[in-house]
Amino acid sequence: MKTVELTTPLTMDDIRDLEAGDKVLLSGDIYTARDAAHKRLVQLIEEGKDLPFDLEGAVIYYVGPAPSRPGQVMNSAGPTTSYRMDTFTRLLHEKGLKASIGKGPRSVDVRNAMVEHGGVYFAAVGGAAAGIASAIKAAEVIAYEDLGPEAIRRLTVEKMPLFVVNDVQGRDLFEIGVAQYCRES
Amino acid sequence: MREIDVAEVTRAVKDLCISTNIHLAPDTKKALRDALVTEESPLGKEILQVILDNHGIAEAEGMPVCQDTGVAIVFLEVGQDVHLTGGDLEDAVNEGVRQGYREGYLRKSMVADPVIERKNTGDNTPAVIYTRILPGEKVKITFAPKGGGAENMSEVRMMTAAQGIEGVKDFVVDRVRRSGGNPCPPIVVGVGLGGSFERCAMLAKESLLRPIGTPNPDKVYGEVEKELLERINNLGIGPAGLGGRTTALAVHIKHVPCHIASMPVAVNIQCHASRHGETII
Repeated sequence: MKTVELTTPLTMDDIRDLEAGDKVLLSGDIYTARDAAHKRLVQLIEEGKDLPFDLEGAVIYYVGPAPSRPGQVMNSAGPTTSYRMDTFTRLLHEKGLKASIGKGPRSVDVRNAMVEHGGVYFAAVGGAAAGIASAIKAAEVIAYEDLGPEAIRRLTVEKMPLFVVNDVQGRDLFEIGVAQYCRES
Repeated sequence: MREIDVAEVTRAVKDLCISTNIHLAPDTKKALRDALVTEESPLGKEILQVILDNHGIAEAEGMPVCQDTGVAIVFLEVGQDVHLTGGDLEDAVNEGVRQGYREGYLRKSMVADPVIERKNTGDNTPAVIYTRILPGEKVKITFAPKGGGAENMSEVRMMTAAQGIEGVKDFVVDRVRRSGGNPCPPIVVGVGLGGSFERCAMLAKESLLRPIGTPNPDKVYGEVEKELLERINNLGIGPAGLGGRTTALAVHIKHVPCHIASMPVAVNIQCHASRHGETII
């Protein structure tokens, strides 16, 4: 297990040596998207239209933050459950997405897509939302304001603490961790 | 007969929305602190510490513990000697939710049409409201915001008498196994037994309101809870699902009589941000 500092946009060189279980401190711009925004992004791709942000090397954070108070950069902003985005994720990796951030395991199809196209999946600690907000230094809605908490935001993060769950070799930290502590007879 | 203006209900609901989302109930905090001592996985310990640190940050900054401030679930126990004045009771509850979620800067997570349009209502209403009429001249309001991630891992199953208590145990353990890291473990597992299709789901939800660490009033089901907790923690799912000995903080069972043909079982999963609070008017 190692700790690696990374800055977005990510390249294959950045993620090639990451292993499930490594810690990552992520800095740079990342984009928020959850269920409703994913539906719209995939529709744009299918229609051959431009996306509201460049997918090449991008990192998507599955989050719908609480609204900020006046003068507050970001209110609580922990990860949402990732499997709901699984049906959209292969296509996004095909189009250049390098990493997603969420909580909970991914489908076999998403894991395969990450191996095939060079991508990783990071876990943030679900429910640790107020703490995660302190790593977010700037936030701006860049698309789909009508979706409220589900709008796409550009977040500038500084040393956001993450765990590598799925690496480009196809390893899975959920499987590894659970196998180690399972005592079922 | 005691007259209570529904504006008092609005005020109480508003205050509960804000306080429960920022200040986690003491029973949950204690259970997580205890888990930090017993957890064997170094990564699991680290995650538990992150969760505990988050409680402190949320309270110091007045931020919600979790960004998912939930569907607003409100249990009303209205004394039958109370006369509610000044307007519609459910409107008063929803107004409290509206004000609480706005003034507390809490996330608005409700969509008006559940399937087709899914447009956000913008104020976290409507609340899910359950009202009971009981003897007395008080109004008790219990507020339990429920996040979507854990709620999605819940399930009702109409089992048969032949499947018995072993069938129930296997179903509960399997439901937790299939949930894995999705519902933000360590979780609280609420189990409703008996009643009818919808009643057992209500029982499972109500069982989550029992403070962690308090025993089941029924000895037999108390033993079942202990066995289930051990089996669930032997799954190895652990904090955040990344492996460890703390998958659940507690299993709570609530049971009522049921039909001779039926054995309804409901499992309602609660994330580690187990939020609930109550006010008596």
